[in-house]
Amino acid sequence: MTGVLTAVVSIAALLLAAWCGLATARDQPTKDWHLIGMAVVTVLALAQLVVGIVEIAGGHKPSGGTVIFLLYAVGAVLTVPAAGFMSLVERTRWGSAIGTAGGLVLAALELRLVEIWGGGHG
Amino acid sequence: MAEAQPTQDKPTLDKTALDTTPLDTTPLDTTPLEETVLDETPSAKRPKIGEGPGRLLVSLYGLFTVAAGSRSAYQLIAQYHKAPLSYILSAFAAVVYAFILLTLIRGGESARRIALACCGVELAGVLVIGTLSIVVPSWFPDQTVWSYYGAGYLCIPLILPVTGMLWLRRAGQQPRPEADAGAESLPHARPAEA
Repeated sequence: MTGVLTAVVSIAALLLAAWCGLATARDQPTKDWHLIGMAVVTVLALAQLVVGIVEIAGGHKPSGGTVIFLLYAVGAVLTVPAAGFMSLVERTRWGSAIGTAGGLVLAALELRLVEIWGGGHG
Repeated sequence: MAEAQPTQDKPTLDKTALDTTPLDTTPLDTTPLEETVLDETPSAKRPKIGEGPGRLLVSLYGLFTVAAGSRSAYQLIAQYHKAPLSYILSAFAAVVYAFILLTLIRGGESARRIALACCGVELAGVLVIGTLSIVVPSWFPDQTVWSYYGAGYLCIPLILPVTGMLWLRRAGQQPRPEADAGAESLPHARPAEA
């Protein structure tokens, strides 16, 4: 799991949070473009999970434990789609607020993932 | 979120459901069938506590149910002896989150009151455990969800019950207009309450 990929996922998650936050402030529900943005962030998180699995298979031992790492990485992949689903159910500004929450939670998960991965070269 | 099914199509079923309740009320056309069967007090005044801002709360409580639940489950299984009290408290937190989540999804006045009480338990838990984790850290060799007032979770465990209680209070005071139709026939919907 490269540091660059983690940084990219984190920044994308924060951008998504800000973008959905803008929709919340404007009293708008999430639109197609927001959902496409969520899909992009999800693909990035999925890439991170795959790279993590490949590196673990290649011999890396996450300092926080392999199982913990995988649990958090899977959680990171599922967070934004879950927020997207809830924002589709709630077609008001509060659906956008859920998108914001999803982005912030993913950014927080990324911080935790870096800690768990550890080893300096993560 | 169950959709409202007009009950006039099934008068017999509705009658049976009503017989199990002590209140002598007549069913309203807008009352969903399953509510009449399951709720102890059939009511058209049914605050939608899981919609609008409530849906954000549903999402966050869902997140914390999964986060606290999976974390404590893993820790209880993999490293129980390291800090049993911490892990059991995290599991308790997960149960409280799950229960509030269910009441939010369920909706209705009684669910709203139960959710309000559970938010109180949740707030008390965060405050007590948060304080204890600072005063007697030796009790908690490993962190709980509520350690340091939930600082490990961006303090959301502290913010969540407060916003939850504010929202549940507001949702109880402002019933949706469509729920008001015919509410005067219900015993607990007297104007004296307002």
